Amino acid sequence: MSESFLINISVIVLFLPLLGFVVTLLLGKKIPKIFFFEVFVLFAGLVLSAILLFGKLTYFADTKIVSEFKWIDMGSVPVIGSINIYLGMLIDDISALMIVVVYIVSFLVHFFSIDYMKGDIRYNRYFAYLGLFTFSMSGIVLTHNMLMMYIFWELVGISSYLLIGFWYEKKSASDAGKKAFIVNRIGDLGMLAGLLMLFVTYNTFSFEQIFGEIAKGHLPFNSEFWLTVTGVLIFCGAIGKSAQFPLHVWLPDAMEGPTPVSALIHAATMVAAGVYLVVRVFGILTADAMLVIAIIGMLSAFIPATIALTQNDIKRVLAYSTVSQLGYMIMALGVGAYKFAFFHLITHAFFKACLFLGSGSVIHAMHHEQDIRNMGGLRKKMPITYATFLFSSIAISGIPLTSGFLSKDGILSGAYAFGSLTGHWLFPFVGFLVAMMTAFYMFRLVILTFHGEPRNKEKYDHAHESKFSMAMPLVVLSVLSLFFWYTPNPLSPDAGWFYTKWIKAPVLYTPENTRFEFMKTDEAALSNSSGEHSVMYSEMYTEALHHAHGTAVVLSLLVAITGIFFAFVVYQWKKISADNLADKLKPLYNFSYNKWYFDELYDKTFVAGTLGLSRLVAWFDRVIIDGIVDGSATVTKAVSAFTGKFDNVVVDGLVNFMAYLSAFIGLIFRRFQTGKVQTYIIMVIFSIVILLFLFKSF
Amino acid sequence: MEVTLTHFLVVSTLLFSFGIYGIVTRKNAIMVLMGIELILNASNINFIAFSRFGNFGLQGQLFALFVIVLAAAEAAIALAIVLNVYKTFVNVNVDEIDELRD
Repeated sequence: MSESFLINISVIVLFLPLLGFVVTLLLGKKIPKIFFFEVFVLFAGLVLSAILLFGKLTYFADTKIVSEFKWIDMGSVPVIGSINIYLGMLIDDISALMIVVVYIVSFLVHFFSIDYMKGDIRYNRYFAYLGLFTFSMSGIVLTHNMLMMYIFWELVGISSYLLIGFWYEKKSASDAGKKAFIVNRIGDLGMLAGLLMLFVTYNTFSFEQIFGEIAKGHLPFNSEFWLTVTGVLIFCGAIGKSAQFPLHVWLPDAMEGPTPVSALIHAATMVAAGVYLVVRVFGILTADAMLVIAIIGMLSAFIPATIALTQNDIKRVLAYSTVSQLGYMIMALGVGAYKFAFFHLITHAFFKACLFLGSGSVIHAMHHEQDIRNMGGLRKKMPITYATFLFSSIAISGIPLTSGFLSKDGILSGAYAFGSLTGHWLFPFVGFLVAMMTAFYMFRLVILTFHGEPRNKEKYDHAHESKFSMAMPLVVLSVLSLFFWYTPNPLSPDAGWFYTKWIKAPVLYTPENTRFEFMKTDEAALSNSSGEHSVMYSEMYTEALHHAHGTAVVLSLLVAITGIFFAFVVYQWKKISADNLADKLKPLYNFSYNKWYFDELYDKTFVAGTLGLSRLVAWFDRVIIDGIVDGSATVTKAVSAFTGKFDNVVVDGLVNFMAYLSAFIGLIFRRFQTGKVQTYIIMVIFSIVILLFLFKSF
Repeated sequence: MEVTLTHFLVVSTLLFSFGIYGIVTRKNAIMVLMGIELILNASNINFIAFSRFGNFGLQGQLFALFVIVLAAAEAAIALAIVLNVYKTFVNVNVDEIDELRD
């Protein structure tokens, strides 16, 4: 297996879904069964990406495979020198792992959609959009430069927009699509600014070259401050795409799209792109930038978790849970728990996709009922959906034997270690709090949906277990959430192949003085390794992490069980009435139920501000610009009227006067034309006499 | 008294004047034609007188001969026109025939 073989495979993997998109879109109307082609393409892509991962991990475990070609040759630019823009592929551990995750989820979602979307009027187009999305996502994962990433970033944005607004006849769906698109633009603006800053400084978009330059000490504007700014700006892209606070408002609304889309885009892959981006640029983040990232991540983990406690729409609960979990990953990156963040990204992709597809299965069975207050008791009717949903809930709550426990515990111990090393104890505290809330609201969802007595008898009677094509992805995804895929020890991921073989410790490129104390280069560790770059895990950090791990395992297990227990007490055994509780904590309940009034706040400030600005500009247009235009029109009109008058009176008058004059002269001279020959002769004679006198020489 | 050029010119002037007078005052087209004849003859006298007293050889006499022939032809044509005018208007009064005015 050679490098070029892997590169070829990665290119095929990238472009297969595009082929599926084009074919399905063009032939969709003529061949009703064309969606099978799209599903087949995804299956082929899944197989190829698995080969890619296998080849990468087996034969090129320690190297990055880069292949690039010159896209634009700008020639030699004055002052700067020659600038070329390269596009290319990068296959390293995280991209190879990520592409497989993307393809697994994407293929299963395709498979699930075959039955879920049956009977939709734009059935084939739906699959085409899924193909477009998979293509864009693969581009983000496999690219080796910022520019291509940005291009695919926007492509992902547009396919997300198309899929959220897929049922655009519904006003709420088309509004949600627009909201997602516009809110994402805000984040993308920051990302664009960041990558342009990098390009201006280094004249290249390639990650490797930028990292290399930074490692050499060449910083943007020669200042560490601007390196921090660049890192935060690039992180802005992740804020938008990963729905982080304060731009998280679009994700819950995006649930207007078809449920498999929510599973694919708004749970497993696209929203993970933001985390993936931060993982990619992790090496250039300074301590200040990481602190910003950690704070944003903490807020995004906490706020949506509190909102999810009170929501009644099954998909909205999952949406807020997604934002919260993404906040976890971002926070983990901010506190330096790089491996755990990426690990959580992968495990979360599987169990959250499973949860979303499970909710899709429920919604399908209940004939598009999404309110959990109308559900209940579905356990007996839908055993497979129930089992997988329950298992994924266990995984997301962080109970041992699941992948979710491993990754979440990793994040929590990372946060704990960070707290013990730097004194920022708020991060682990919020982390554990959110873990408890997660366990609570997930089991609230499970109990209200599947346990107890059916609250809507009529819908319950019509409910039925989903067919194989919808049940199979659920089973596969929940099996993927078991621990043994990642590590042999269900309590600690450290010994597993995921940590030791699949992902390497992050390499840092930032100047030493801009790092956290515990991230500084460890001379002892350096002398052991190749010493090429400064690898992050110092002795100090490893020790702290090890120390934190024991505490974190116990604590996280404790909070998870507390959360689940509390959920059972309130909703299953009804020892505490949920309504009474809500009444007692009315202000808090309302605050959470109304999503912290973020939408109202943004409506009042940004939306109203934008509208006000638009109105002002419109007023300016209407009054000033139109006034000028109208004024010039009036002036032109007046001038025209004047010249018209001038034409009518003076010019025409002159012409008419000439005519009258001729007529008048004619009137005079017609007298002489009598027709009488003798008169003429007299005139001639007189004339001659007069002429004689005139020309006389005497 | 010797007859000089002046005498001839005086005679031809008188003749010319009578011709003009005839043309202008007479109503009848025939009379007008006669006035024209007088004018032609006045010019003949002038030609011959200048030929006699000037240094022009025989040119004057020859011109006079031509004029006489021309006058004969003109008279013939004019009379034919007058006849046709008479046929059209039953009248040969020149002051009443003013169709050309229009």
